[in-house]
Amino acid sequence: MKPFIYQRATSLQDAVAMLAARPDARVIAGGTNLLDLMKLQIEVPQHLVDLNNLGLDTIENIPGGGLRLGAMVRNTDLASNETVRRQYGVLTRAIVSGASGQIRNRATTAGNLMQRTRCPYFYGTAMACNKREPGSGCDARNGISANLAILGTSDACIATHPSDMAIAMRALDAEVRVLGAEGEYSIPIADFHRLPGDTPHIDTGLRSGEIITAVELPAPLGGTHVYRKVRERASYAFATVSVALVAQVDGANVAIERLAFGGLAAKPWRVEAAERRGSGTPEEIARDAAAIVLEGARPTERNRYKIDLAQRTLHAALIDAQEHSR
Amino acid sequence: MTRMDTQNVETRIVGRSINRLDGPQKVTGSATYAYERAKMRQTLVGVFATATIGKGEIRELNTSAAETMPGVRLVITHRNAPQQGELNPETPGFAVRARPILAGTRIDHFGQPIALVVADTFENARDAAHAVVATYTSMPGSFAYVEGNNVTEPELANAGFPAFTQHGDFDAGYAGAAVKIDQTYETPPHFSQPLEPHATLARWEGEMLHITTSHQTIRYIGVSLKAALDIEPENLTISAPFVGGGFGSKLAVHADMMGAAIAAMMVNEPVKVCMTRQQMFSLLGMRPWQRQRVRLGADTAGRLVAIGHEALIYSNSRDPFLEQTGTVTRSLYSGANRMTRHRATHLDLTNGEPVRGPGELPGLLAVESAMDELAEALNMDPVELRALNDTMMDPESGVPLTGRSLTECLRTGADRFGWSQRPTRPRSRQEGQWLIGMGMASAIRMHFQGATDVEVAITPERRVAVRSDLTDIGTGSYTILAQFAAEVLGVSVSDVDIFLAHSSLPAGGGSGGSWGASNTTAALHDACLSLVQQAGVPAGDNFISQTLAKYPKGLSATGRLPASSQVPDWSEKSRHTYGAHFVELAVHRLTGEIRVRRMLGAFSAGRIINPKTARSQLLGGMIWGLSAALREAAEIDPRYGNIVNGDLAEYLLPVHADVPDVEVVLVDKPDLDANPVGVKGVGELGACGASAAFVNALYNACGVRVRHFPIKLASIFSHFPERH
Repeated sequence: MKPFIYQRATSLQDAVAMLAARPDARVIAGGTNLLDLMKLQIEVPQHLVDLNNLGLDTIENIPGGGLRLGAMVRNTDLASNETVRRQYGVLTRAIVSGASGQIRNRATTAGNLMQRTRCPYFYGTAMACNKREPGSGCDARNGISANLAILGTSDACIATHPSDMAIAMRALDAEVRVLGAEGEYSIPIADFHRLPGDTPHIDTGLRSGEIITAVELPAPLGGTHVYRKVRERASYAFATVSVALVAQVDGANVAIERLAFGGLAAKPWRVEAAERRGSGTPEEIARDAAAIVLEGARPTERNRYKIDLAQRTLHAALIDAQEHSR
Repeated sequence: MTRMDTQNVETRIVGRSINRLDGPQKVTGSATYAYERAKMRQTLVGVFATATIGKGEIRELNTSAAETMPGVRLVITHRNAPQQGELNPETPGFAVRARPILAGTRIDHFGQPIALVVADTFENARDAAHAVVATYTSMPGSFAYVEGNNVTEPELANAGFPAFTQHGDFDAGYAGAAVKIDQTYETPPHFSQPLEPHATLARWEGEMLHITTSHQTIRYIGVSLKAALDIEPENLTISAPFVGGGFGSKLAVHADMMGAAIAAMMVNEPVKVCMTRQQMFSLLGMRPWQRQRVRLGADTAGRLVAIGHEALIYSNSRDPFLEQTGTVTRSLYSGANRMTRHRATHLDLTNGEPVRGPGELPGLLAVESAMDELAEALNMDPVELRALNDTMMDPESGVPLTGRSLTECLRTGADRFGWSQRPTRPRSRQEGQWLIGMGMASAIRMHFQGATDVEVAITPERRVAVRSDLTDIGTGSYTILAQFAAEVLGVSVSDVDIFLAHSSLPAGGGSGGSWGASNTTAALHDACLSLVQQAGVPAGDNFISQTLAKYPKGLSATGRLPASSQVPDWSEKSRHTYGAHFVELAVHRLTGEIRVRRMLGAFSAGRIINPKTARSQLLGGMIWGLSAALREAAEIDPRYGNIVNGDLAEYLLPVHADVPDVEVVLVDKPDLDANPVGVKGVGELGACGASAAFVNALYNACGVRVRHFPIKLASIFSHFPERH
């Protein structure tokens, strides 16, 4: 770990000023990902601005029936919040499927969105990685790519975004509240994470000097909420495929209200055209929706199975929705 | 006095589940491990920079930036490292070879040390290690076996076993068999990954080298360091009082010890070196990749008439380790026509080493999977097939099998598990979206015996002192030796002090190969009997006071267990431990996710000294079995030779959520033909065969046979009948 200057911001304005003064500064929240990356010198910030004393850790109702989730709300607190559990169940289920209890106690709403890929070639500093070192190439595409992206990839990068929380937020149409030099504004979660294109080193739409202050959820959708995460072990692993689903269940038939996939792309993968196409059996609906969502998939030989697995996972999630609503 | 050289299991302390004596120290953090023996800034710290190519030469190595960084005292490379003895592939024991570091410009595997940075703190040393810049001339390497790679057939497999054996006429027997199975199984490299990373603190005092380290076997270190550093045993002290797991990876000397010893010599100050978790995937050896072909031939009644077990194994030509995978079938089942064979193929990877049940774990994974396939072909209960082929005589050597209790384990385990309730056909039981299956497998493991000396003394402080260089690698050595001494001398466990893991103490074979308990308790028993005899007072409550009344300065005695090679009639018997594994699991009918529901193992390992510590080891072994079947693999990029998933986030070991309630059933039966106290080992037995029980349960659940490990989701659901 390279030596760095560490400062605690005393107010949001203070934090923004610190970041403006030091273009190479990074914000630190829970530190569950950034510190690991600093030890490996994948991230080498000269300055860290700590937001842990700023509050930003409350969950509040907002006009119109939505919910404002403070940037520094710990994942454990977010998942266990009564309103979130009752009215945004897919979000609770997504969060508790990620990481471990210890990490969730520390990790924050904003930090979870900002975490970086777990592509092993991003971590393996001897390997070529355009995300870590722009222009160096991508050793993942022809490497051990079994758990990497099949959608929205580019020749430059096939990394996935590891967050579970963000997948549920995408299904819920969340907005990321950002404070910059010109004040606070919203970035729709759909636009927050970026596809790699030829600039895979830029993960998000957050600009230099900006700070996430909150995530806002629109009014509750109702419906049956499911987060179905499939991976090679039962816990403490990133998704191979995950499904965030809000469904309407009517006896043997189900309909998709909202649907986003994790584990398939550099951002939560949602194709609105696959939603609200009527009801049918889980198998019919899964086949229909998966065909739309997975169109244009560009797998490697090692991760081609994800196409089949994505449809199977959606099918399983729709059955789970039926069982939950019984 | 309770003698242990009887069948008596109605003992006073031995056989009781007492808590670990060192438990409070471990859970309160007061047990200090090697790296903690020197506090911050009391010692210099070394951190390795490692190679970023798989094969080739260092062209340039620039250390000037690192040398001027804060706190850096020295950067050691091939340019300034002292001359060391060469790694000699002819040295038969992998654990005692010289393992020089930074000895030249040649890169033999990815992650090989290229420099050791010595600084005032770990952080400064690690930072400077990042600043060592190397350029290389890469050469094409062979990082994964492909058809056409060079294959050799060494005479010996690990631990001195003949690599090839045949009895009867396998080819004819197999050709004439009514029912045949011929399958190939492939298993990946594994890494031991003990919780405590490999760490050494070294200090020179003139010609004397003092080492505190994390190691399984003290006596191997001296031999290896003599070969590497030409240091005489009398000039070496080694201490390893607490060891946070070894699993085979702490038998040989590794770069942490060589680095600490060399650096401490060069800076003339104490230096400690600890591997990072990531470095534990390249600075240590691996369980080698292997491909096994198993052929089983049976008559229509299910009697085996031919058994063939062949293994092609990665073994590094510069540092050979030919895992003894095929040896597991040699004493497993009867059958007149048999053949086992080991062949080696070189890869440009870190060397092979024992990892948790070397030989048995992959070997039984293959053979016991094949037995399940045979049972299906015969339409037989897999338990009955195994019981039918049980034998009391070693099928290769013809000598008696001591303590043979395979069928007893099979029957006991089947009964306790409820095997009779199993679904007899695949895909015949479903609960909701989950297909339910049960599977089982046999366990067998070789029993070893090594030369062991132990001292027991009555001290003037009115204590019993037991002295041995045995290590406690988390298994409970301190506890079981106290139980043994207390039992034989008639005193309490609280009267006994155990002194272990120092080179000044009586030498034994250490902890490894599941032999620490059997070797050391047998020698301790001998020492205690001798002490009682010398004291001339009866064992019992008053033994200490009565002995001191006669010998106020105290009294000591030594005991000895000879190496098996020194036991004249050793080969007249065939000694093993036994067990049977049962597993129930659920497979999601769409996604192929596996959820293990129940695991039960019934084991016979001679006299059980402490059921609590024995159970811990056995259930840990069963989880290793789960891991090898369902989770664990070192993924190597075949282009570069690096371990792609080299940390514990991506190298998938089972987590709590993967492991259900595990039941361990102990068949407590002293095996006095194995050694004088009837004790055999439990360290690895739990891992023997366990993996196959998962494979077989998976088949029973969903009808998919997997022979390429570990089993991945895609290798399950892609064979499901439901189309998508």
